[in-house]
Amino acid sequence: MRRSLLFIPANSPAMLQNADIFDTDGLIFDLEDAISLMEKDAARDLLSAYFETYQLEGVELIIRMNQLDSIYADEDLKRALSWPIDSIMVPKARYQDLVQLEEKLEKLEKKLKRDKKLMLIPIIEQAIALFEVNQIASLSRVSALLLGGEDLATNLEVERTKDAEEILLARQLVIYAAKAYGKDAIDTPFTDVSDKEGLIADAKHAKRLGMSGKSCIHPIQIDDINTIFSPTEKEIVYAKRVIEAEKEALLNHKGVFSVDGKMVDKPIIDRAKKLLEKVKS
Amino acid sequence: MTYATAGTLESNDCMITVTKQDQQEIIIDSIVKEAFGDQILAVILDVLNQLKVKNIKVHIQDKGALDYTITARLKTALKRLEDVK
Repeated sequence: MRRSLLFIPANSPAMLQNADIFDTDGLIFDLEDAISLMEKDAARDLLSAYFETYQLEGVELIIRMNQLDSIYADEDLKRALSWPIDSIMVPKARYQDLVQLEEKLEKLEKKLKRDKKLMLIPIIEQAIALFEVNQIASLSRVSALLLGGEDLATNLEVERTKDAEEILLARQLVIYAAKAYGKDAIDTPFTDVSDKEGLIADAKHAKRLGMSGKSCIHPIQIDDINTIFSPTEKEIVYAKRVIEAEKEALLNHKGVFSVDGKMVDKPIIDRAKKLLEKVKS
Repeated sequence: MTYATAGTLESNDCMITVTKQDQQEIIIDSIVKEAFGDQILAVILDVLNQLKVKNIKVHIQDKGALDYTITARLKTALKRLEDVK
């Protein structure tokens, strides 16, 4: 389950050594925007030493690499293959670049005999990427899409606002593409860490639209995001009752059945199964 | 003089300056020197031995960095020194 994904600057020892205490579903070690151009090497070395010392379990480990067309990308990838990470987050993702990256990873993993296949989380943060987001979501290594609202707003030359009207279409396109291919749709971070109410409203809105989870830039945001993107007790109980009622209907050779007076059909059963799978994971 | 630095003076971090010279010299300035000075020295010597680096001056200004941070900062500083050459 990817409810919350926390960005951590990869060159900050204070943040790194506390990473295991955060109750987040994923940690994104940031080699890109959080690291100045002069400190990329130091961030990679620190992350290498960190991974040699700490073993993190029960949390998805992700690195946000530098842009694929930057001079830092090759070294990021080389190191990434030696780290015990699950996924690579790719900024300013474009379809053709990701196809090439998949091929490159395929070869390198084979060469290095790396057991674990690295998955990709492209960041959709350019207007042009939204025209190929379906193709991006269809790629085999892509396990989720992250919407990058800040860079997208810059690209659109609009102000990034708290009601997020300017990224509504982008949110929906990312969600539809991700869901069409059975991938996760991860929402853009809410950047005002002092505005708890704003975060809650923004996360609830994203969830209503269909986002699977939300990224965050401060540990203080994790609990609210986890709560909002977790199925509620009421939803779990209802889903269990739907599954029980389905079993009973099958035993009694009933084609249709109802729960709480409401007809239950296949989409409702599928939704209940999906929700319970999510809870289990 | 050929030298390179890595790290910061922020809490939990350290700044390491390495300088090429004819003999080995290690200077430790640390807020926890009394309790952890020997350990810091051991980490530095371990990295230098590992990388077979001999004639070097290492100056660490430590703000409570853990071993993995000292290791990383020293390795970065040494690589940067190589690049200076």
